[in-house]
Amino acid sequence: MDLSTFLQYVANALSLGSLYALIAIGYSMVYGILRLINFAHGDVFMLGAYIAFFLVSSALMPWWVAFLVAIGLTCLFGIGLERVAYRPLRDSPRISIMISAIGASFLIENLAIVLFDARPKAFKVPDIFSTVVNIGGVSIVSVSFFIPLITFALLGILLFIVHKTKTGMAMRAVSTDQDAARLMAIDVDRTVSFTFGIGSLLAAIGGIMWSLKYPQLLPLMGVMPGLKCFIAAVIGGIGSIGGAVLGGFLLGIIEIMTVAFLPDLTGYRDAFAFILLIIVLLVKPTGLLGKNQGEKV
Amino acid sequence: MMKLPNLKERKVQLSLGASALFIVFLFLADAFLDPFSMQIFKLCAINIILALSLNLLNGFTGLFSLGHAGFMSIGAYTCALLTMTTAQKEMNFFLKPIEPFLAHITIPFLPAMLIAGLVAAFFGFIIGAPTLRLRDDYLAIATLGFSEIIRVVFTNLQTITNGSLGIKGLPRFTTMWWAWGTAVLTVVLIVSLIHSSYGRAFKAIRDNEIAAEAMGINVFRMKLLSFVISSFFAGIGGALLAHHLTTIDPKQFMFLKTFDILLIVVLGGIGSISGSIIAAIVVTILMEALRFLDGPLNFIFFTTPGVPGIRMVVFSILLMVVILFRQQGLMGRKELSWSMIDGWIKSLRRIGKRS
Repeated sequence: MDLSTFLQYVANALSLGSLYALIAIGYSMVYGILRLINFAHGDVFMLGAYIAFFLVSSALMPWWVAFLVAIGLTCLFGIGLERVAYRPLRDSPRISIMISAIGASFLIENLAIVLFDARPKAFKVPDIFSTVVNIGGVSIVSVSFFIPLITFALLGILLFIVHKTKTGMAMRAVSTDQDAARLMAIDVDRTVSFTFGIGSLLAAIGGIMWSLKYPQLLPLMGVMPGLKCFIAAVIGGIGSIGGAVLGGFLLGIIEIMTVAFLPDLTGYRDAFAFILLIIVLLVKPTGLLGKNQGEKV
Repeated sequence: MMKLPNLKERKVQLSLGASALFIVFLFLADAFLDPFSMQIFKLCAINIILALSLNLLNGFTGLFSLGHAGFMSIGAYTCALLTMTTAQKEMNFFLKPIEPFLAHITIPFLPAMLIAGLVAAFFGFIIGAPTLRLRDDYLAIATLGFSEIIRVVFTNLQTITNGSLGIKGLPRFTTMWWAWGTAVLTVVLIVSLIHSSYGRAFKAIRDNEIAAEAMGINVFRMKLLSFVISSFFAGIGGALLAHHLTTIDPKQFMFLKTFDILLIVVLGGIGSISGSIIAAIVVTILMEALRFLDGPLNFIFFTTPGVPGIRMVVFSILLMVVILFRQQGLMGRKELSWSMIDGWIKSLRRIGKRS
């Protein structure tokens, strides 16, 4: 493999890793605050991409306005989802709320198949993202630069919100102990809604950027990335934002590099994440950056 | 009023009568059902087996596993490869020939099905041993991961599973007697398991793991046992399903398949055998009966064009409604019993008198 091909793989791995990281953050935050695997997160991601697609192809507004509107709508959808499917079950056994999440995920997927049609749709990529940049003989599509840049910018904003603002403090408090947080006069419901909003917002941005990179939309496009990103969050240590980012990049890099260096294993690509997950869970069940929590009787 | 024999005796008589009626019903079904209804009728039995094996884990041992489709596919492929003749195998494996050691094995259905169950149970052991250390959602995601790994491996093992092409033209071994016979046997085995000391240990683990451990139950071993037994029946169910559908390919065993079974278990009541049985029958029939939803609908004033997929939307909504408004499902953790039916009849009479 010559250097320029290798660099192309690196760019690919970084952008895929950033996408995984963005979606993994949503999983991680929701899990941190509610101890719930939000199975529908991958479908929120899909929804973000589809809304953007319809807004762009309706051509009522320039693409960047369409993207912003799509992100906003998806964010509202995520908040609504929590209110309808998860809030009524907050005090129920964890299995119930997980089944509800699985049910919500299937409902969204099946609705998408009915409403959006199961045939793939081609996403219209704005020129700015599809130009090919040539750096020293390495040609890279510009979107591969934008994705990591946007991811890191968002990560910075998110870390600021979580660690420096009052809402962020409330989020951290609720995730540590919901009842104690309520005693401290924190509005738990609002904090949870806010968390879902941020998670869905990141998922929507992830979905749109994913479609810029792989411009083909399918109703089930969120399933595999969704599962993989949850795994990324677990690998990094669920509940920690840094961990989710680390896990996402790790997964993206391993996936692309294995395909690059061991092409025989390409067919097994979708299994890498799960194998990695099982290894990590067995060696360090709390993930790479996760804190060890004692078991309560 | 006629003096009734004592309650216990009466229950035994009633149960015997019901069993006899059931056998008569099977004979009638065998004789009179048209081929299409027969397909669904057999599928009911297969779904009962699958739902019970998942319920043993989710409902009775409190282990939330999402890997059922994986074990089913192991059972399905094992059984298919063991029962097919060399000629059939050659016809299927035209892209790459089958592994030579598999090419010339052809054994009857019963041993093949049992081996399929055992192979699935063996994989249950291998997969369960590491993952059962995890709890709750981690276990769910790890088992889901394993079932996806199995599917990916099956898609790629061209010389053993024929890859994504799948295997077609399996002998149609799953007759009504095979399907319902196995289902009845499964019910009997699982019920007696649950009433044994093992079953009580499972339920103790479900209710409180730490307390169970304190009472001297080897929690890990019991969990593993439950997992292995559940995988065994999943494998058997998969084998029956393979010879019922007569074609298998890795795509059939995606997460969606686990979801179907989970739907049955949740609707019937997590932790109720009779609930699972009733739900398996109702859901299987509904899945077929609601097929008309996917076609064009006629609402007197207007006709909607056929929208494939509405059926699954209905089922997803059904699951959501049940989990949000009636978490215990149809039966909760209760079992259908004669005293329960007796209670119903009495309350019906009371209503009858009042009006």
